[in-house]
Amino acid sequence: MMNEQEIVLKIENLSFRYEKENVLEDINLSVPKGSFLGLVGPNGSGKSTLLKCILGLLKPQTGTIYLFGTPISEFKDWHRIGFVSQKANSFNTGFPATVYEVVASGLTSKLGMFRFLSKKHRQAVIDAIEAVGMKPFINRNIGELSGGQQQRVFIARAIVSHPDLLILDEPTVGVDVHHVQNFYNMLDELNRHLGITLLLVTHDIGTITEKVTHVACLNKHLHFHGKAQEFAQLDSKELSQFYGHHLHVLSHDH
Amino acid sequence: MVEAIFQYEFLQNAFFTGVLIGIVAPLLGVFIVVRRLSLIADALSHVTLAGIAASLLLEKKFISSFLFNPFYMGMAFSVAGSLFIEKLRSVYKHYQELAIPIILSSGIGLSVIFISMADGFNTDLFSYLFGSVSAVSRSDLWTVLFITLGVIVTIFLLYKELFLLSFDEEHAVASGIKAKTVHFIFIILVALVIAASMRIVGILLVSSLMTLPVAASIRIARGFKQTIVFSILFGELSVILGLIFAYYLDLAPGGTIVMLAVLILLLVIIWKKWRRS
Ligand SMILES: Nc1ncnc2c1ncn2[C@@H]1O[C@H](COP(=O)(O)OP(=O)(O)OP(=O)(O)O)[C@@H](O)[C@H]1O
Ligand SMILES: [Mg+2]
Repeated sequence: MMNEQEIVLKIENLSFRYEKENVLEDINLSVPKGSFLGLVGPNGSGKSTLLKCILGLLKPQTGTIYLFGTPISEFKDWHRIGFVSQKANSFNTGFPATVYEVVASGLTSKLGMFRFLSKKHRQAVIDAIEAVGMKPFINRNIGELSGGQQQRVFIARAIVSHPDLLILDEPTVGVDVHHVQNFYNMLDELNRHLGITLLLVTHDIGTITEKVTHVACLNKHLHFHGKAQEFAQLDSKELSQFYGHHLHVLSHDH
Repeated sequence: MVEAIFQYEFLQNAFFTGVLIGIVAPLLGVFIVVRRLSLIADALSHVTLAGIAASLLLEKKFISSFLFNPFYMGMAFSVAGSLFIEKLRSVYKHYQELAIPIILSSGIGLSVIFISMADGFNTDLFSYLFGSVSAVSRSDLWTVLFITLGVIVTIFLLYKELFLLSFDEEHAVASGIKAKTVHFIFIILVALVIAASMRIVGILLVSSLMTLPVAASIRIARGFKQTIVFSILFGELSVILGLIFAYYLDLAPGGTIVMLAVLILLLVIIWKKWRRS
């Protein structure tokens, strides 16, 4: 069961619409264990929508999603999935909770009902906070942090339960260059050493091709899905086809 | 009052009921305030009033029975009201707060009709509206004790889930928490505590005992647990001092308790300002 080719996430013929028009159409995707998938696409292309379907927050009109081989309708092990949402700082900023309390809440579903934090869990919370460099702020109220610091706390909350699949929707928006670098190093570490499968939505196409193993290019349809090297070799004409407009951010050397 | 408490049973009832309510009302209040549901308590208290009015009417015009006890009728209405609020919240997905004025006005409307059918106000109704030191019976005290224990145990057991649900509902749902069930249990607790509190603070002021101590606590607390502790502390302080003032000055306790809570809130705000400068 633990073989490298276990499929962590599989999507078959998925279509989704909020109102009349399909936002996602006929998506097929499979993510093997241990891979690091970068999901790219222009604004409004359905990236966040797809993630919400995977997380069970939205129900696609057609198609099936399998998580760790189980159809999503029967899936129960939600603690195996970590999630950092795009609008992580849309929460009530006056909420009276410390960094520690917020990160510890990431263990809620892993613990299950009527269970409490053990000493081991408390250490895991502290470790996760340390991993994102927020240890000095551990007893601060979350509302008293900057947006980028808050984002790092939410990343800690997502990794504290040691998920098998970590889903991140533009997690580095508002995080400074230095911490973005640290963050990618941390993802690398999670991915290579702990074997955590990663699914990362980003607009930063330049860096992503160096970090990820696979790329999926979404714009209502899945236009490209393959190895990162193949993606890097696409010429800009092919890419702009996927994007529907011309792309300038491809290369970082000016 | 201390000696008087040992002498008079009605004072014991009022005092201990007050102490219990001083714990549970702010405890639930913390979750209500951080979820920005403060008005739900108001809506439910007015529905409770409708239940009380209905029972007073039944008692006057028809039969009086244990089942029509104002306390229990109020509680039943309050729980029913909380179910309606949940229903309305799912009907008006994008205007969830609409559920509150709808339920609130229905509550007042019904109350007014029942009260006028029962030929208007009487002292009994007055004590339900504003609280009373002398109206709490021993059996009321037992009911309140029972509710208090139930609430504390439930909050203790569901603490993690309630915290996550309050902080980040989407994340709670995405991590597989049964948000609907947890929320449903919570709103029923609120309905029960409102009914339990009405004897002491009165229907019209119940919601302030749930929100004012929390408003003060949020200004100075670090973290969620501390917010809960300070809220209960402030709530308890207002209730105990409020009851003492009410007894010696012969005032309705609802007023004295709430005004003390307001005073504490003001002091906290001033203290915070002063410390900053
Ligand atoms: N709650 C909603 N109700 C109706 N339509 C929506 C809703 N959320 C998103 N949409 C529409 O669905 C489409 C896809 O949105 P989505 O948020 O998935 O895009 P995205 O790829 O994540 O964009 P971005 O890069 O800006 O984050 C957009 O056209 C958007 O207008
Ligand atoms: Mg998005």
